[in-house]
Amino acid sequence: MFEFTSFRQPADDYFVNNVEDVDMDVDDEDLFETDGMNLTWPGKSLTSAQEYMRGHGTYVDNEEVIASVSGLVERVNKLITVRAVRTRYNPEVGDLVVGRITEVQPRRWKVDGNSRQDAVLMLSSVNLPGGVQRRKVESDELQMRSFFEEGDLLVAEVQAFFGDGTMSLHTRSLSYGKLRNGQLVTVPPILIRRLKSHFISLPCGVDLILGLNGYIWVSKHIKENEREGEEAFDAEAVYSNRNDVIDDSTRLAISRVTNLINVLASRSIPLTDTVLLDAYDWSLEQEGDVKDLLQEDAGDALVATILAKG
Amino acid sequence: MLNAGGYRSDGRRQYELRTISIDLSPQGSGADGSASLTHGLTQVNVCVFGPREAKMRSQTYHDRANVNIEVAIAAFSASERRKRGRGDKRILELSQTLKSTFEPVIQTSLYPRSQIDIYIQVLQQDGGLLQACINATTLALANAGIPLYDFVCAVTGGVHSTSPLLDLTLLEENDLPNVTVAVMPRSGKVTVVSMETRLHVDRFEEIFRLAGEAAKAIHVEMKKSVRDRTEQLVASMQSVGRPPTGVDAGDEY
Repeated sequence: MFEFTSFRQPADDYFVNNVEDVDMDVDDEDLFETDGMNLTWPGKSLTSAQEYMRGHGTYVDNEEVIASVSGLVERVNKLITVRAVRTRYNPEVGDLVVGRITEVQPRRWKVDGNSRQDAVLMLSSVNLPGGVQRRKVESDELQMRSFFEEGDLLVAEVQAFFGDGTMSLHTRSLSYGKLRNGQLVTVPPILIRRLKSHFISLPCGVDLILGLNGYIWVSKHIKENEREGEEAFDAEAVYSNRNDVIDDSTRLAISRVTNLINVLASRSIPLTDTVLLDAYDWSLEQEGDVKDLLQEDAGDALVATILAKG
Repeated sequence: MLNAGGYRSDGRRQYELRTISIDLSPQGSGADGSASLTHGLTQVNVCVFGPREAKMRSQTYHDRANVNIEVAIAAFSASERRKRGRGDKRILELSQTLKSTFEPVIQTSLYPRSQIDIYIQVLQQDGGLLQACINATTLALANAGIPLYDFVCAVTGGVHSTSPLLDLTLLEENDLPNVTVAVMPRSGKVTVVSMETRLHVDRFEEIFRLAGEAAKAIHVEMKKSVRDRTEQLVASMQSVGRPPTGVDAGDEY
């Protein structure tokens, strides 16, 4: 009853079989059976525009839906989208991101969040000293640099979008705010999946913040009871620029985790808490220094172990 | 140029293209996408950054992304050592040609107020510089996940007395009338025709048509490399745990 000129045989079956299925989701198994049929590149014609709607990563020309990026085709009922296999971060409300202040502007900071434009952090969406909920006064505006200045790293949540698609961040939670006692690692954003929690504590005394924008913060573990409580909101500590004392073994553990993340990212292995834990356990069994993890053969062995655990 | 047996100076036939090799692996530059491409002895390296926050506020457009192309030609790239600064007229012309080629091909309207930076490094020159730059830039853009309407595939064509030649080397390019043609293979639209020598109008049509066909052959190679790279990345993404096209796949966008 339908005709698909652009898809070859296995894909045809897939679409025709599922057309009746009204409330279906994208079904992984079926897509993978078509093995490679769902890969696209710019200019690849996907299907007829009369029967399907175009989504992200596609455009319509001559009544045909055509891919504009290389990646995987996804279909939800009649909507065809292509998810690019490598791209900048596409923000969504509620995402946890790690960013770096690039500019201080009137009543706002600009934050580099690995997205297509710098994000905005309004003065009204940060916690200020002297009470969590209070009015922003002129003196706050004048001393914005004492909270965040250019180059500072912070963890925040995507709050909303402006008309032109710029994301607006907020740090109105005690787990958000300025980052210290650690090191930043950058990976392609697609490697970070949505997890139950993006704050991970590894047993080796290292805390991880997996920003969905591909920025990962690796830092010294802060004990739960030492964290600033809701009542005793301590602006000194939250906006402090000073690192705590970090002992040598913690420094070594931080570099080890950093190297592992770099190795996994260079081989495009998605980073989840279990993968990182497995990787850390594996690295402890290895002889040699932390820096040896970056060697080619160590990386191969690591990836082989991770893949075996699947 | 063309000996009695019909062979060219480097041993190719009239319509034979030079070996193409493509490397799309990231080259440690932290770029969003990069490509290294050779056509015979011509080699270029392209890095694409973006779409990202525009560095110069004067160069932002409220309705589309700004495409910024910078070309650098290594001093050692030609047989004679020659340093060309960034302000060199030939380099400016080349980057301007590339900019006007790629601005309509990139879907810039999806990224208002952003900037896409394309840095081209020419490492070796042996003819077909514009062709190599166009092909490599297309690949780097596709690799960076920047939405394109289509690939742009370019090839040079020339004529020796009455016989057309394809993919000229530097030696041939210096002595023969030649033209560089870039096409978008899906629609067959021609996006660039660049001629720096005089070419007889009677010969033009034939060369033009031949170059269009040769570009399709190049497209096959380019497509294959992009596909292989995508396949490799997708395979490693799906290797661990939950595949990216999971149940909550829909909320990614």
